[in-house]
Amino acid sequence: MSAATYTAAGSVEEALAALAAGARPVAGGTDLVVGARNGKAALPESLVAIHRLSDLGGIREQDGGLVLGALATHADIVASQPVCDRYTALADASAIVGSHATRSTGTIGGNVMNASPAMETGGPLICFGAVARFRSAGGEREVPLAELFAGPGRTTASPEELLTEVALPAPAAGTGSCYARLEYRRQMEIAIVGATAVVTLDGGTVSDARIAITALAPTIHRVAEAESALNGTDGAADAVAAAANAAAAASQPITDVRGSAEYRRAMAAVIARRAITTALARARGERFPIPASPALHGAVNGGAA
Amino acid sequence: MKYEATLHVNGVAYPVEIEPGRSLLSVIRTEVGLTGAKEGCDDSECGACMVLLDGRPVNSCSYLALQADGREVTTIEGLTGDDGELHPLQQAFLDQGGVQCGFCTPGMLISAKVLLDSTPNPSEEEIRLALSGNLCRCTGYSGIVRAVQSVASG
Repeated sequence: MSAATYTAAGSVEEALAALAAGARPVAGGTDLVVGARNGKAALPESLVAIHRLSDLGGIREQDGGLVLGALATHADIVASQPVCDRYTALADASAIVGSHATRSTGTIGGNVMNASPAMETGGPLICFGAVARFRSAGGEREVPLAELFAGPGRTTASPEELLTEVALPAPAAGTGSCYARLEYRRQMEIAIVGATAVVTLDGGTVSDARIAITALAPTIHRVAEAESALNGTDGAADAVAAAANAAAAASQPITDVRGSAEYRRAMAAVIARRAITTALARARGERFPIPASPALHGAVNGGAA
Repeated sequence: MKYEATLHVNGVAYPVEIEPGRSLLSVIRTEVGLTGAKEGCDDSECGACMVLLDGRPVNSCSYLALQADGREVTTIEGLTGDDGELHPLQQAFLDQGGVQCGFCTPGMLISAKVLLDSTPNPSEEEIRLALSGNLCRCTGYSGIVRAVQSVASG
């Protein structure tokens, strides 16, 4: 661990000035500091801590949607009733990030900007059409999450830009959603394979399906073939299977310490099917526990779905 | 370069002068001198270093000490009463065989306290889930779960 200089910003303007001068931001540090301690990447030479910027915290309603402050923690997200009710897949995801220590400390802003292809919240944010709002000394900018992720650990943001908010547009009536992952351990785990489904039902027919795969490609992304396999159907088992298979067919997994490419490819359709099935059930108004993953793996209620 | 900061640990203010890269755990153990919180994996996997920061759990091996400046830190030593009386969870861990080598115990107790503060009567499933960010290589967890249950139902 290095880091030669440190300042704790007292205002967003101070933070932006520090970023313009070459400092890098730290909020909860659950990726940055962990990465430095396990030798993945040394701490930046110059750090600006942003944890005191209360302007960047909290979750608020805006234009029928929600705005997540960059410093909103995963614990804040799981505790938010609007998130659980209307953006359920995001609650599924934040509820299984790390352990309760990680969720109390780690922020949505840090999670997004760390840009891991295995991050839990990425798929839900992309499928809900989230937009990242940045500020820099030069002005403000909005970037759809789908266009933010450029590769493992890389974003299209420039180093002097500070993520201040993540805005979620209002979901259509009749929408249900789910994020599910394959995991080896209940906590302190990240997805071996993950899948997100956000589906809207109109009179029993799927009018809008959004399906994204996680830890199966260099970036988390939606799969158009999977979505069109489900769109216009009544969400019966064969349509769900076709969509899940299409999601799996779009995967380009790697082999690493957490799983082989073959294993990931084999599990992709299983996890996608669980996410889609649960999202459909929720769209029909059925109750399903948050987070979905433990129940989907049979750990809580004997193996639903 | 070193920076001045004041950590409020278990209600006592400790002025320290530290480099930016120092972890909260290393400062608690070395500068403050409280060695209850342990360095297990040093990688935020095992939870042995868990403490409370402003009442919320954090893996202190992976948190920058300077970010704790002016904030309240509670370590395992802070669970014990002023007269040295053990916290009910500490006594239950002893009574129920929840401690063998003891290395995970400080983090386990912090996690268990967080759970019971928010969920006074958790199910066994809730206890196991809440403690699953804390690894124990000795007990097989049964004694630990029993200990938390005994305090919860008490």
